[in-house]
Amino acid sequence: MTSTTTPGAAPAPTSTAQRTTIAKALNAGMRAAMERDPKVLLMGEDIGKLGGVFRITEGLQKDFGEDRVIDPPLAESGILGTAVGLALRGYRPVVEIQFDGFVYPAFDQIVSQVSKMHNRSLGKLKVPMVVRIPYGGGIGAVEHHSESNESYFAHTAGLRVVSVSTTDDAYWMMQQAIASDDPVIFYEPKRRYHERGVLDLGGGVPDLADAPHRLDEAVVRTEGSDVTVLTYGPMVKVALAAAQAAELEDGPSIEVVDLRSLSPMDTDTIEASVIRTGRCITLSEAPTFTSIHAEMAAWVQEHCFYHLEAPVLRVGGYNIPYPPSRHEEVFLPDLDRVLHAVDTVLNY
Amino acid sequence: MSDEEVARPAAPNTLEGTQPDGTPARGAHEPPEKDITDGGPDMVQFLDGEGRRVPVTEVSSPYAAYLDDLDDEALKGMLRDLILVRRFDAEGFALQRQGELGLWPSLLGQEAAQVGAGRAMRPQDYAFPGYREHGVAWCKGVPPENLLGMFRGVNHGGWDSGEHNFHLYTIVIGNQMLHGVGYAMGVQFDGDYATGDPERDTAVMAFTGDGGTAQGDYNEALVFAAVKNAPVVFFVQNNHWAISQPNDKQFTVPPYRRADGFGFPGVRVDGNDVIASYAVSRAALERARSGGGPTLIEAFTYRMGAHTTSDDPTKYRISAEVDIWKKKDPIDRMRKYLLAEGIVDDDWLAAVEEEADELARRIRHACQTMPDPPHEEMFTYVYAEQHRLVEREAAEFAAYQAGFEDEGER
Ligand SMILES: Cc1ncc(C[n+]2csc(CCOP(=O)(O)OP(=O)(O)O)c2C)c(N)n1
Repeated sequence: MTSTTTPGAAPAPTSTAQRTTIAKALNAGMRAAMERDPKVLLMGEDIGKLGGVFRITEGLQKDFGEDRVIDPPLAESGILGTAVGLALRGYRPVVEIQFDGFVYPAFDQIVSQVSKMHNRSLGKLKVPMVVRIPYGGGIGAVEHHSESNESYFAHTAGLRVVSVSTTDDAYWMMQQAIASDDPVIFYEPKRRYHERGVLDLGGGVPDLADAPHRLDEAVVRTEGSDVTVLTYGPMVKVALAAAQAAELEDGPSIEVVDLRSLSPMDTDTIEASVIRTGRCITLSEAPTFTSIHAEMAAWVQEHCFYHLEAPVLRVGGYNIPYPPSRHEEVFLPDLDRVLHAVDTVLNY
Repeated sequence: MSDEEVARPAAPNTLEGTQPDGTPARGAHEPPEKDITDGGPDMVQFLDGEGRRVPVTEVSSPYAAYLDDLDDEALKGMLRDLILVRRFDAEGFALQRQGELGLWPSLLGQEAAQVGAGRAMRPQDYAFPGYREHGVAWCKGVPPENLLGMFRGVNHGGWDSGEHNFHLYTIVIGNQMLHGVGYAMGVQFDGDYATGDPERDTAVMAFTGDGGTAQGDYNEALVFAAVKNAPVVFFVQNNHWAISQPNDKQFTVPPYRRADGFGFPGVRVDGNDVIASYAVSRAALERARSGGGPTLIEAFTYRMGAHTTSDDPTKYRISAEVDIWKKKDPIDRMRKYLLAEGIVDDDWLAAVEEEADELARRIRHACQTMPDPPHEEMFTYVYAEQHRLVEREAAEFAAYQAGFEDEGER
């Protein structure tokens, strides 16, 4: 890897920690990756001058040029398929899908080609790429703009699937995903884009070894002793709010595990937590049937059976098409539904 | 249209009721029976069915200069390639019938299209094939036995695509056209084109069939290539059938004419004329390498055998059609031409036949002695980096298998 920064000119350590948004952290993560490796390039509809419909790539085309921040024709399979060719040529494309519901035209390229090429070539070919998907609901959008379709990709061997929930993770996981030699489907919780957190952006290009967690590690966001909530992405905040509400009311003690990586799932962290608490709830916006929920629940019953005090409950979207936004409020799991599930497993 | 008119078929094998390029007349209620063997006046051809040089026309003249490069050795080399590739293909077919391969997609009839294209490519040019491009693989230097693994069920590829600049076969129709364009975009970013350095300037050739031209990926590839002016050549082998679907069920405008709508040149070439295929491919590749942008080549050819060994073409096509195409055989005509020119003689041909026998023996032996992969390998190349689930399952699998071995020993 060649670096575009001057060697030896390491920035003086200054306190650069600042409050910033997930959106800005993602942008900074991509910028750092592009500075570190000239082979990293971005592709996606409207990501250049506009900076993407969510402005996640804002300013990058201005600084890196049109050959590294590419506005391709409006054709998702075309974008993914050409990204495969670019990866075969030694580039590391980072593709933006404009909204979750528009990844389907590219589904074939992702599951038939991207995921399998390393395997088909017996390890000789690598297609390191990141497919960024702003996902999930809660923004009052029209149809096809609010889906949680991560299960389709987690089901496909050869793909890594991750989702971020904090500014820190947005910044570091983006860089880790780009540096990975495997293709990564990178889910960005669009309704959390503008939530703030503390992030130390440092100066210059960061060393990936300094990332607080590995890309495939789950993190216990808050410790608890009565029930584990397994969650990720936009629902982490809901789970934390439930834990806090319960604590304030001297209710049950809730442990929140943020999976961060859906494939591979950090089952060690999951098992350790559930064995400790004896009760488990899965939480995500995705419909529950044959989902990440289903996988988590199955895994827990298979591996923690003797430690369980109650069945695993799934709190998720209903098994219907994502509804018109006037229903969102009741479709999306909220604090009350989490607490209701907590009560149910405790009273079992 | 009166009943009488509907009932009257056009005389077979004439151009009646067709457009100049051989496609059915537009707007006809029932497409009249047409001569699918005639490529029409737009088709670039240098050798006719009898192996005679045809006069250079306005259509073929832009390509004629590329024939000047073809000395006797090159011409002999082409005929040799055609014969060996056909033999390899026949052996693949036989091996499938004998249960050594699960499936074989034959290129019978398409040798000239592929050898012409393959020979026009330089070592640095990159080929993105479908699954029938054995002749291109041959020209790119892929050992033919390596192509058998995937049809035997030993692997999903089995050759090092970087070593020969010949990508793995692609089964999903159309996918590879985009890979080719993306790779060509990478070539552009690397500055490996339009430098004037023949060792460096690189083009990509992406292959598909006539059926593939309906796919979204194919059409998206053409859009991307045009917009990027990418150094890529699209090589459509119109072998007239997509499994059981003839051309007139696939398009109303022939593939080469569609290029115009995407904004770059399209050319129809006689795919059974190896020197025409070579000349047209050379021109398109050089245009791409020098920064001129993409070209679409439609090689007008014919699939003489079944789609694959699982297919039964007698269910959907008449043998008279095959008989007509047999007379246009790509090898016969090149052989006749080179014999008439005194470039090859019977001794040379006999020697190549012997070489073909030897190749067939080698292929057969390689196929029959190809080792089965160790089962653990299923888990080996799923991810480039460590993946917990796969590692865990690999370990469970190994332990489970070891249990059987212990039992066996008891
Ligand atoms: C996306 C997709 N759909 C269907 C198939 C099954 N299939 C395999 S080959 C084929 C016909 C292809 O015809 P054509 O593109 O003309 O190529 P040819 O085999 O004649 O060379 C079909 C339908 C496939 N491989 N991929």
